[in-house]
Amino acid sequence: MKSALEIAAAVRGGQSALVAVEESLTAIRARNEELNVFLYVDEDGARAAAARIDEQVRRGEDPGLLAGVPIALKDNLCTTGIPTTCSSKILEGWKPPYNATVVDRLVAQGAISMGKTNLDEFAMGSSTENSAFGPTRNPLDPARVPGGSSGGSAAAVASNMTPVSLGSDTGGSIRQPAALCGLVGVKPTYGLVSRYGLIAFASSLDQIGPFAQSVSDAALLLEVIAGHDPLDSTSLPEPTPSLLAHVADGVAGKRIGLVRELVDGADEDVVRAVNKAVETLKDAGATIVELSIPELHLGLSAYYLIAPAEASSNLARFDGVRFGNRVDGEDVTAMMEATRTAGFGAEVKRRIMLGTYALSAGYFDAYYGQALKVRTRMIEAFATAYQQVDMIIGATTPSVAFEFGSKTNDPMAMYLNDVFTIPTNLAGEAAISVPFGTGEANLPIGVQLLGPGRSEARLFAAARVLEIADGRA
Amino acid sequence: MMLPNGWEMVVGLEVHTELKTKTKLFCGCANEFGSAPNSQVCPICLGLPGSMPVLNERAVELAMAIGFALNCTIQDSTFHRKNYFYPDMPKDYQVSQYDLPINARGYLDLPDGSRVSIERAHMEEDTGKTTHLGTSGRIHGADRSLVDYNRSGVPLVEIVSGPDIRNPQQARDYVAELRSILVAIGASDGRMEEGSLRVDANVSVHKPDTPFGTRCEIKNLNSLRSLTRAIEYEALRQIDVLEDGGSIRQETRHWDEDRGETSTLRVKEEAEDYRYFREPDLVDLAPDQAWKDRVLAGLPKLPAQRRRDLEALLTNPTDAQRDGVTTVVDLDLDLYVEGVAQAHGDVALAVARAANELAAANEKLANLSVANFVTTVAMEQSGQLSATQAKTVLGELLEKGGDPASVAKAKGFEQLSTDSLSATVGELITANPDEWQRFKDGDDKLAQFFIGLVMKATKGQANGKAVIAELQSRR
Repeated sequence: MKSALEIAAAVRGGQSALVAVEESLTAIRARNEELNVFLYVDEDGARAAAARIDEQVRRGEDPGLLAGVPIALKDNLCTTGIPTTCSSKILEGWKPPYNATVVDRLVAQGAISMGKTNLDEFAMGSSTENSAFGPTRNPLDPARVPGGSSGGSAAAVASNMTPVSLGSDTGGSIRQPAALCGLVGVKPTYGLVSRYGLIAFASSLDQIGPFAQSVSDAALLLEVIAGHDPLDSTSLPEPTPSLLAHVADGVAGKRIGLVRELVDGADEDVVRAVNKAVETLKDAGATIVELSIPELHLGLSAYYLIAPAEASSNLARFDGVRFGNRVDGEDVTAMMEATRTAGFGAEVKRRIMLGTYALSAGYFDAYYGQALKVRTRMIEAFATAYQQVDMIIGATTPSVAFEFGSKTNDPMAMYLNDVFTIPTNLAGEAAISVPFGTGEANLPIGVQLLGPGRSEARLFAAARVLEIADGRA
Repeated sequence: MMLPNGWEMVVGLEVHTELKTKTKLFCGCANEFGSAPNSQVCPICLGLPGSMPVLNERAVELAMAIGFALNCTIQDSTFHRKNYFYPDMPKDYQVSQYDLPINARGYLDLPDGSRVSIERAHMEEDTGKTTHLGTSGRIHGADRSLVDYNRSGVPLVEIVSGPDIRNPQQARDYVAELRSILVAIGASDGRMEEGSLRVDANVSVHKPDTPFGTRCEIKNLNSLRSLTRAIEYEALRQIDVLEDGGSIRQETRHWDEDRGETSTLRVKEEAEDYRYFREPDLVDLAPDQAWKDRVLAGLPKLPAQRRRDLEALLTNPTDAQRDGVTTVVDLDLDLYVEGVAQAHGDVALAVARAANELAAANEKLANLSVANFVTTVAMEQSGQLSATQAKTVLGELLEKGGDPASVAKAKGFEQLSTDSLSATVGELITANPDEWQRFKDGDDKLAQFFIGLVMKATKGQANGKAVIAELQSRR
């Protein structure tokens, strides 16, 4: 499949938007049953959107930067009149009366939604095995997981069903599946992309971001969805940064920190890939500084208190009263209990209980309060590091894609998959995972580039250097 | 009231006021009372998945205005989530302010000269309204529960007093003064019956110079009458328990207006753990000095000052006149009284007419200009109109508008000529010789008897003062 940039250029040049849409539908038909990528395919909506874009071109109007580009949306993004489930039985069949801000922005720039993709229920997981509608398979090796929680959106791009997709990243849910599926995945600076219409998992950590086959497509997509939104009080007030224009800036003169804690514990093939990436960047003119940020080791524990605490509150509204599924009970309280008992899966219940406990009177200071202090230390530690370097390099995940069931019985082993990605969310900063080399079973490895808030342009430029060296462009 | 055996009550009040904004606290839905159920709702105030709150700036301004009016420190503040499950809470948490409220540490001076401290006045969102159908009337065991979310997300300010109140009358004065301030600054319409002002009372009893007793919180006080009755009942109940050797449990109690008693709603051990934490969907609220200055500059003259200013226009005001002034200020009739003062008219008469005739037709004031009020009072003062006639003219003006002279003429309130009055009085004296003799012998009460007869004979057109003058001249 062509890149988003190529499709948009072709459509703006007069090629029918239906070409890419039909190509996408064909790819979906070919493998969706096997891989379980899309929970809902909006075939009619996509064709109708393509026809509208063709009409715009005929009238001489510009359909936008993503003219006719098929896109897949993680199913925790609200879409008007289109089922939005969060891969949970509790929301099965619910159709939102409104679009997430990112969806409106995509449509305004001519993108065409092909449908909604599978995820770990309410974005809680690292393998997409926690979906109430069955796991998604890794298109590169269907015996393995695509990562998670945005496994469906990663698999959509990795299987060429769409050139780009949107996911959400709370502790690594874009970067980890991007690494496991051989894609570029971006966790933008907190507040760069509006969260309005993203069904919240952990509000202070969630960010929406792009998946793409290339750095340029990822930069283009992020540029379209980024920017202040009056509907999201936490969205940054600054104007949208220019990203695509800086992709070719290179890394000459940049100082890049190789952080020990972002490689420690990774498999040998992953460590090798990171080291090779470091050499590549050095050859491109960057200065490498070896760093240690011991606070990063505290990230996982803090995350697994803060995220469940916020989730326990965010998921309270799924009570059967106003929307979604309802299981009747003898009175309202019994109805709420029955609804939540039947509607939520095991991992969601585990995190709601964890979070409720962490916020309870008598435990707050020891757990949630302590985690907030760790978070502050993490922010300070990153700030100190960024006084010395422009960006940081490390691994995205400890290993390549793992096999189904290998971690489902041990939540801690699953949680450890996010150990390298979580610190960025806690600090509210930016990070990119870019494919670089392969490891075990010839599966892709992701290298992670981290930067301070609003450093995306810099990170894209470095990722582009790695992409070229990896022979992917 | 006096409590028996030297007991003293200690009362602190929590007053919730709905803010008079056009829209709700976190969304653009109309903040209106009385619309069709669930007609003022959107994804945000229904708590639909993915929706997010955006703070209403006008609500912040009104909250700051309340802070200034209550002599509080206006500080940088944050929002928290108060988590509990209830069907009228769309998100199953309430967004409120917790450890850092927008207003802290103020006070309110009452007309009797006492001062009640204000601990805080913080912002929060209102809930929807649930109606439980079935025999129980409560959530448990209800056949069906109906929820109206129109009120969900309406901005509230909760004003928490210190435990400084010592009797029901003071509690009443506190709420009345607070209500008057909230109305004056445009923060609230002050309608207790519609629930736009709601009061919870924390009540305990102790003997002076001993530590405070255990308190009970009484909910559901929807009128000043309920407030005083409930506080009095609760203090006496606690004294009974203590004097019988029992102890008070800290609990929340419900006030039953019909039965005139409080009953246990929930004890402290059953109290919810609200799991407060910072609302991550909102940023810190840090109004800059310029914004605070604008709000302060826009604050109108407060009721206490307005009362002082009006009383200064009266010479040695009586208690009744002071009450009249309070009514005038409560109903925002100051301009009418001030107009009479500026025209060098009878201010006491103006206060009386404003506090009675204008107060009775408060909603029709648009029909009565200050100038026409001033004219009517002057006509009464000069004897052109009797008191009864002046009241009738004011009533007509409020009802239909127009100018006082034309209304008086149309009503036939032409002044009787002195000759005509004199002739009438002469005829009545002749017809009632015994009464006239007693009056002449010094029984002043009989003046009233003759005034009554004259009024009847002239169909109310005579001026009482003129009749007395005529009687005196013949005495």
